[in-house]
Amino acid sequence: MKPAPFKYHDPRSVKDLVGLLASLENAKLLAGGQSLGPMLNFRYLMPDHLIDLNRIAELAYIRPGADTLEIGAMTRQRTLEHSQEVQRTCPVLVEALHSVGHIATRNRGTIGGSLSHLDPAAELPGVCALHDAMLTVAGPNGTRSIAMAEWGVSFMTPNLEPNEVLTGVTLKAWREPHGYAFVELARRQGDFAMAGVGCLVALDGNSKVRRIALSLIGVTTTPVRLSAAEKLLTGSDLAGEAIKAAAAEIGALEALDDAHATGTYRKRLAGVMLGRAIGRAAERARMQGSRQ
Amino acid sequence: MSDRRTIEVTVNGVRHTREVETRLTLGDFLRHELGLTGTHIGCEHGVCGACTIHLDGAAARSCILFAVQAHGCEITTVEGLAKSDGTLHAVQQAFRDHHGLQCGFCTPGMQMTITAFLAENSSPSEKEVREAISGNLCRCTGYQGIVAAALDAAQKLRGA
Repeated sequence: MKPAPFKYHDPRSVKDLVGLLASLENAKLLAGGQSLGPMLNFRYLMPDHLIDLNRIAELAYIRPGADTLEIGAMTRQRTLEHSQEVQRTCPVLVEALHSVGHIATRNRGTIGGSLSHLDPAAELPGVCALHDAMLTVAGPNGTRSIAMAEWGVSFMTPNLEPNEVLTGVTLKAWREPHGYAFVELARRQGDFAMAGVGCLVALDGNSKVRRIALSLIGVTTTPVRLSAAEKLLTGSDLAGEAIKAAAAEIGALEALDDAHATGTYRKRLAGVMLGRAIGRAAERARMQGSRQ
Repeated sequence: MSDRRTIEVTVNGVRHTREVETRLTLGDFLRHELGLTGTHIGCEHGVCGACTIHLDGAAARSCILFAVQAHGCEITTVEGLAKSDGTLHAVQQAFRDHHGLQCGFCTPGMQMTITAFLAENSSPSEKEVREAISGNLCRCTGYQGIVAAALDAAQKLRGA
């Protein structure tokens, strides 16, 4: 038996789940289990209680609104990947999902699990940052909303109390025609990204940037929006010089430094990924424009 | 003081009811409780893909799933691929024809991954096959034969 003993709970509703969380000490939530499973097998984590969210049907949904895309925390990554609604409203999410683990892990892995585990190299938090997501958290005092910008507290630590649970996320879709891209570099397909950049861009009639969003994963402790670079690029024609100046903004970030890649290398890679992401997104934006 | 639950699962079409410890992984359940040792347990932390099975038709890693989570589910293991008369599944036959296995340790996981993949994508490119098996490690490094087998099986399944 690999994991240390625990008491297993499988509530059927968010109400029951919140009740369990309030009453149990040293409990862990099991979503898709693609990160928690290994941690339990290693006995890196030894919770007294394991609360399985997989039988809470109300936590799995995809609801497109006028300008939003609401996703339940227990929606599987593979379901999102195949969803026409997601492809229509937030196609960058589908593109990013191709780099999330492998088919077998995406069949189990959930968006809420990714956001709560908050691995610095995880793609889905990067996409949520890109789309100015709002997260909904349930706890003993009801529910509260948290902006993605405030979600990451520190390394693998979301803005979540021990008696709270992430129930859903609302992505703000872009109404205007835009290009998108999610580009990363990992040593193997599906492995942790050493650096990855998401980009949304809308161009005006003169091919100048009307609006741009850039997010970065794998470099800093939590995913970040590259606001300074966004500001620099707004109004620009995305020429080589403009992108170079935007990439230079990455230099100011404090980067993760570990056995897989040094901080300096990660930042250098991030600059390259930034150029590729903007290039691909801009190309798609131009194609959109020429179709209209 | 172990935490136990009674579960009911259908494995390769056969219904089983067992009382299990809740921390028992599905992979260990299949091997130790049901004696279905075709499912290989490699890394036990979701990296190597050797333990891949189908859970309600979708490929999943049985080493990081608990048996209790499979309660009420349909599972297919590598033992469920061949017909009862011993005729190999097209993917298995292609592995044999294209030297898609050497030591055989990764083979069950590879075949479960590829059968699930081909059910979704019946005419994949070589690149798509390589992406599909990216979560399955072959330490004999016999990927050429595995990819050739997957492509050949796809063609045969399309023709069938």
